[in-house]
Amino acid sequence: MGLIISAVVIGGGLLWILYLSIKGQDVDRRIVYLFVGATVALAIIFRLEFGEVATPIVKSVFDKIENLPAGSKIVLSYDFDPAMAPEVNPMANAFIRHILEKKHRLFFMSLWATGQSLLSVSLNDVLKPEFPDAKYGVDYCNLGYKAGNEGVLNVVITNFRKMFPSDANGNSLDSLPMFKDVESLKDMDLLISVGGGKPGVKEWVLFAGDPGKIATAGGSAAVSTPLLYPYWPRQLIGLLGGTKGAAEYEAELIKTHPRFKDKGMPALRMMGPQTMAHVVIIAFIVIGNVAYFRSRRKGKQS
Amino acid sequence: MKRQIPMLILSAVGTLLVVSVFIPSARHWQEDASLYFDIIAVFAFFLGGGNLIRVHTEKVNRKSTGWIYSVVTLLGFGIMLVTGLFKIGNPNGIAGDLSQTGSYFQLLFQYVMSPLNSTMYALLAFYVASASYRAFRAKNTEATILLVAAFVILLGRTALGVLLTNWIPAQLSVLQIPNLAIWIMNAPNLAGQRAIMIGISLGVISMSLRLLLGIERSYLGGDN
Amino acid sequence: MTSKTAMRILTAIVALIFLISWIMKSGSGMSDSAFTNVRDGFLVTFAVFLTLSIFSFLYRDNPFYKFAESLYVGISAGYWMCYGFWSTVVGNFVPRASRSLSEFFHVPYQEHADHILIYIPIIFGLILLTRLLPKIGWLSRWSLAFIIGATAGLNLTRYLRSDFISQVSNSFIPLFVDWKGVGDFVNHISLAADGQFIAILSNWVIFVGVMCGLVYFFFSKEHKGAFGVASRVGIWILMVTFGASFGYTVMGRISLLVGRITFLFGDWLNIL
Repeated sequence: MGLIISAVVIGGGLLWILYLSIKGQDVDRRIVYLFVGATVALAIIFRLEFGEVATPIVKSVFDKIENLPAGSKIVLSYDFDPAMAPEVNPMANAFIRHILEKKHRLFFMSLWATGQSLLSVSLNDVLKPEFPDAKYGVDYCNLGYKAGNEGVLNVVITNFRKMFPSDANGNSLDSLPMFKDVESLKDMDLLISVGGGKPGVKEWVLFAGDPGKIATAGGSAAVSTPLLYPYWPRQLIGLLGGTKGAAEYEAELIKTHPRFKDKGMPALRMMGPQTMAHVVIIAFIVIGNVAYFRSRRKGKQS
Repeated sequence: MKRQIPMLILSAVGTLLVVSVFIPSARHWQEDASLYFDIIAVFAFFLGGGNLIRVHTEKVNRKSTGWIYSVVTLLGFGIMLVTGLFKIGNPNGIAGDLSQTGSYFQLLFQYVMSPLNSTMYALLAFYVASASYRAFRAKNTEATILLVAAFVILLGRTALGVLLTNWIPAQLSVLQIPNLAIWIMNAPNLAGQRAIMIGISLGVISMSLRLLLGIERSYLGGDN
Repeated sequence: MTSKTAMRILTAIVALIFLISWIMKSGSGMSDSAFTNVRDGFLVTFAVFLTLSIFSFLYRDNPFYKFAESLYVGISAGYWMCYGFWSTVVGNFVPRASRSLSEFFHVPYQEHADHILIYIPIIFGLILLTRLLPKIGWLSRWSLAFIIGATAGLNLTRYLRSDFISQVSNSFIPLFVDWKGVGDFVNHISLAADGQFIAILSNWVIFVGVMCGLVYFFFSKEHKGAFGVASRVGIWILMVTFGASFGYTVMGRISLLVGRITFLFGDWLNIL
């Protein structure tokens, strides 16, 4: 029902804009803004949702985490700010669920200061309620943020303790049981960077994964995703790109671990509004071009 | 001296970091240099804060146009600084994580900084829509190729692409829009991005060499 | 009605809505503590106010937007300064510099670290701050030189390895995949996404695309003849690349808008 109402409203609006454009009347930009906002709002209100299937580039990350032996060491780096959070936070939360469900050891860190605050939200909203048996220092730890971008990676690739004398809570790394057999990033089984700017997935490949020959995966904001494709599959084992990538990973997670089905997967919910907005953008491009070619033909005729 | 010393520092640090890749026993020096780089980089944050105070205080003193907004900026800066530096409201006091749940710093981040940051970028969605309507024209072959590729990606990354072309048989499955989108990303997009990446890397390498050899001196500014 | 009057009326309406929202959100709070409910109600309402203030720029520039923008600048600067201090000065310098300071800040003292040399970056950092003082601002070039030198040194080797050598190496891919002879290829030819033909086509497109893309960027030779044809193919490949980037950019921006509207409908209006 929601889909029909949305289609009628959006379709009607687009036809009206097409009519105005063909008549040569300029549509005020604020009408365009209102239209986009209304499209997204309708899709959110009517909870339009669609199924997703993981593409190979996403599935390879999932399979890697799924097939690592229990107790494997995985670094998850929160390298994003609130502007990217709607896209990449669902990825990060899905990774937390998957990694702890498979009983791997999770090392959190950030190359962005804002990543730490967002990590705090994830720990509070996802990790602690859904994994009450997970022990800090044994199953997961939070190393915190360090300034210096790729300079941080250049140190931790050979020596963790030099850059992180303590974790985010002031505990010495030697006091954490999960650091017993960890000297540097080279002792890790998988590096995952979730982000979309600089420093981000690219820096993790250039300064950690490639020189240290460590398996590296990425979760990237959509804007940066095309730029990372040259690294796949040899330098990046897989890549989650934007909301779609997050939705595919969530779908795969629910399929393999059904206990997460009721945990409210935000990326899957976002794909409905995303679809409607894409239709509107394509329609705008078509309408704009129709009006352009009509006016060009009229100009040639006169 | 004003120019020679910085050039020497740059060359020494850069060369050390390059050489340490080839000499494993220089690893210790490389780690120290990177650690020092991180500590110095943090002072850039302090420099930014200091500059902000200087600029906006000047605006307030001179009562320039919009000086009241400078007061807002300074107030926001001050409140964030105080709550963060003294970890006010932090459940574990000075020992705990700065962003611990319940601390005033984290609350200010969640309810002030986060909405502001997110919404600033969310505005771009509207501008993209407006640009789609007004600016993206298939004026020539290249622009048409760009728009066709964009259409395939926009449709292929949503459920609509599946709905539109699900009927295409398996023998022609690459023509299904989602598969076509995947193929575009894995083949032509990869090729183009790789060409750009190789070009940029050559630029970065040559610029780094120019800096290390002292040929590039623009960072020194004018004669002072 | 003058614009000042209109602005005053609008401000009054906004203030009223703010108050109503604050009261309602405080009333629907989940905490046992009344103070926490009132505080959280205020914070959610303030977050909504800031969100709508930024969105109001879509109509036109206005004082609400200017207020939100100015607040953002100040809050961000304060945020990064706090993190810089706690993460690096307290996290990396203090444990190496002083036992008493380490105890004060509750960070583990590094017995075996070099307690003298760690002052070098602090001195360089303080020198960097001289940029604020016009008379001795030239000293900051020393610190900038350190930062630029470290970046140049790191980038030289890393970009050479990962973005040049590895990318060239990754372009050496088999142009005939699963080849069992022409007959077998012709018998099984199809446009199946996972078929042999598409795999071969993909590798050809990647190989030729990278070559032609690089030819396009080579401006030391005129783009004529065979070189010109290769350059043309390169432009087409790059146009597909930019089209893909545009598609993903649209996806990214829309996601941010969805996130904000979800916040407004979910956390504020509770209609989701």
